Amino acid sequence: MAEVALQSVQVPAKSHAEGQQHPIKLYLVVWGWLFVLSTASYLVDYFQVQGYLRWFLILLFMILKAGLIVAIFMHMAWERLAMAYAILVPPVFVLVFAIMMVFESDYTLLSRMIFFGGGQ
Amino acid sequence: MMWIFLLSDTFIFGCFLLSYMTARMSTTVPWPNPSEVFALTIAGHHIPLILIAIMTFVLISSSGTMAMAVNFGYRRDRVKTAILMLVTAAFGAMFVGMQAFEWTKLIMEGVRPWGNPWGAEQFGASFFMITGFHGTHVTIGVIFLLIIARKVWRGDFDRERRGFFTSRKGNYEIVEITGLYWHFVDLVWVFIFAFFYLW
Repeated sequence: MAEVALQSVQVPAKSHAEGQQHPIKLYLVVWGWLFVLSTASYLVDYFQVQGYLRWFLILLFMILKAGLIVAIFMHMAWERLAMAYAILVPPVFVLVFAIMMVFESDYTLLSRMIFFGGGQ
Repeated sequence: MMWIFLLSDTFIFGCFLLSYMTARMSTTVPWPNPSEVFALTIAGHHIPLILIAIMTFVLISSSGTMAMAVNFGYRRDRVKTAILMLVTAAFGAMFVGMQAFEWTKLIMEGVRPWGNPWGAEQFGASFFMITGFHGTHVTIGVIFLLIIARKVWRGDFDRERRGFFTSRKGNYEIVEITGLYWHFVDLVWVFIFAFFYLW
């Protein structure tokens, strides 16, 4: 019985496969937020915020913007979870690669300073 | 399929940004200050990074119009979809135009892939490769948008006209696919803006 009930719910959803139907307002709000976040990250540079606070703010605004674009504009928030994982998890390896390259470039920098004396 | 392509493209741009990070971290010469390099003097005011900020707003606006085009596509509103896609393409072309201006300015100032007047030599190579690849993506996106907007305008997806390369019936899903590509281009710019221009 439960299956039948479930099917009767799903069938209209499927035949009505016109995809994503969201109010235009949602997109306008996200658009507005993207403007605000971009302005904020520009102001970080304009007022010459430096040091760890600068890096933190840049990364924060970047992640928020990227999240909004992927989740709302690209409709990832309404995709199946399997799909979201399949697309979002592999880029994490780029971060692993980044950590490896941080060690690598520190080593290169060290050898350049030792053998070419460039850093003195 | 578009998602798979975008994932592979993520790795391409990821590797570009990684190589840029490696070059910047391992050089013994100071990196040129992007805030100064990309500053413009408008009406006597020296404004840091202003062109890049405008380019960012243009690209975000194009993403906004694209998202709405996709929405009207699902509602089968032929005219609004086509117009919003054309607006998106216009914003994209504007972005590429400003990028061409920026490249011209930097080349006139002596930036080359092998050197520049302000510091680490790798700056030019990283800049031209990363923004060049991104600009190419935007250009291809504009062409893609124009082709699909024409099909929408002609009513191909209302009459389920078959595509040129495929025997499948056309439908409005292609607008969403175009949108995915376009938002991805915007997404890449978010990362380039943060890591290359602001860092």
